[in-house]
Amino acid sequence: MSRHVIAATRDLPPGGRRVVTIKGRAIAIFNIAGEYFGLLNRCPHQGGNLGEGRLIGLVESGEPGDYRYSRPGEILRCPWHGWEFDLRSGRSRCDPARIQAKCFAVRVAPGEALGEGDYVLETFPVTVEENYVVVEV
Amino acid sequence: MTVQLLERRATQPAAAVKMAIADCDIHPSPKSMEKEVYPYLEKRWQRHLETYGVRPRQGFANGPAFPKGQPDASRRDAYPPNGGRPGSDLDFMRQQHLDPYNVQLGILNPLRGGQGVQNGDFSAALCRAINDWQIAEWTSKEPRLKGSVVVPYEDAAASAAEIDARAGDTNFAQVLVLSRTAEPLGQRRYWPIYEAAARAKLPVAVHAFGYGGFPVTGGGWPSYYIEEMVGHAQCNQSVLTSMVMEGIFERLPTLKVILVEGGFAWLPALAWRLDKVWTRLRDETPHVKRPPSSYIRQQVWVTSQPTEEPEPRRHLLDTIEWMGWDRLLFATDYPHWDFDDPTQVLPPRVGEQQRRQFFMENARAVYGITG
Repeated sequence: MSRHVIAATRDLPPGGRRVVTIKGRAIAIFNIAGEYFGLLNRCPHQGGNLGEGRLIGLVESGEPGDYRYSRPGEILRCPWHGWEFDLRSGRSRCDPARIQAKCFAVRVAPGEALGEGDYVLETFPVTVEENYVVVEV
Repeated sequence: MTVQLLERRATQPAAAVKMAIADCDIHPSPKSMEKEVYPYLEKRWQRHLETYGVRPRQGFANGPAFPKGQPDASRRDAYPPNGGRPGSDLDFMRQQHLDPYNVQLGILNPLRGGQGVQNGDFSAALCRAINDWQIAEWTSKEPRLKGSVVVPYEDAAASAAEIDARAGDTNFAQVLVLSRTAEPLGQRRYWPIYEAAARAKLPVAVHAFGYGGFPVTGGGWPSYYIEEMVGHAQCNQSVLTSMVMEGIFERLPTLKVILVEGGFAWLPALAWRLDKVWTRLRDETPHVKRPPSSYIRQQVWVTSQPTEEPEPRRHLLDTIEWMGWDRLLFATDYPHWDFDDPTQVLPPRVGEQQRRQFFMENARAVYGITG
């Protein structure tokens, strides 16, 4: 497991997303209202690019005619067949125990901390004044 | 629901992707009617389109009968980067679809080609223009792609004339009609289409959807899109039953029919049921001389997409065994949202010969295209 710096936080603002390739794996990174999430950019159903999916909320129903909409923006819908994945767990809504999108931990680290520890900087310069988005792969 | 996919990912894609495949259902769209289709449409019909629009045979609704699961019924990643509708950019189709999946034979099925338009002369003019457009923008530029002769199927004489005009043109691999029509497709009013197709040695593809004006399920108008989606299996069964029992296959033993995008797991059960009832009611339709299944077994093919995904997946293989591996043509439905990925569509333990049949040889046989 290594920690990869993929962007300055100002380059991935709330509502932003980006697909990065780390260790040969394409990973889709999302900023949802200031929280970061990472998923393998490959749907576990048939392989659609999850990074191009739409972010929706959770639609639930207790009975016909009764609908609840919650957690706006936290459910990712595959751009191909519409399989829904919970960004917080990677679990699919229809078969959560078996069909899961692989999640990667994403966090923010201050530039001054990047000199310590084993961060991998891909291709861009880092300054101590800024914060950075870091993915663990 | 389907899903034993995670464990087979490690080995499957490489082998399957390298194999040259035929994709028997690709949907192209014009970038713009004015730029790409108007050159083949008489001025009179250009003005007609602008003034009166297109009136399909379904009440007072424009467009499809039900809203789709994704915008424009398309994969959200299929919008060309330079703009336009999914399926409207040949270069992007090559880059996203034909090249990575090694599609060596792709059959184009234009779905908004003037079929089912109530004004019969307008329908014929639009179909003719869409056929010219397929040559100009697609098949003449990309030899891996073959077009469909789109016909105004509610007017069989006009349809036959269009097929006769395209006969022998290797830009086209088949004749295209849609499954929801004014009457079941086996009825006499449509026979000239099949006779012309048989003369031209072109298979007739019946693609799901269309504009019959009738409810999209056998039980009436449903509430949900998902009911329309699975309703295609019902519709295809009605189409096929009509064709067999009206005696089309008996009359035209060289006619080939391909049912596109209605799934296929229903086919064995329909054939069993037809055979059983035919033995009891044979004298009602004496023109059907052999068991219905024997016509289906010799003259009917189905495309795979949207493939049923049973659990456990071996049930899919049982179903294909009941139909015969030589009946099934692989199709993706690109760029539509219910696309089947060729690297994922078959369970892992299908043998090499069956894969070759499914992905290429059956298509070459039915279209008469040698590799």
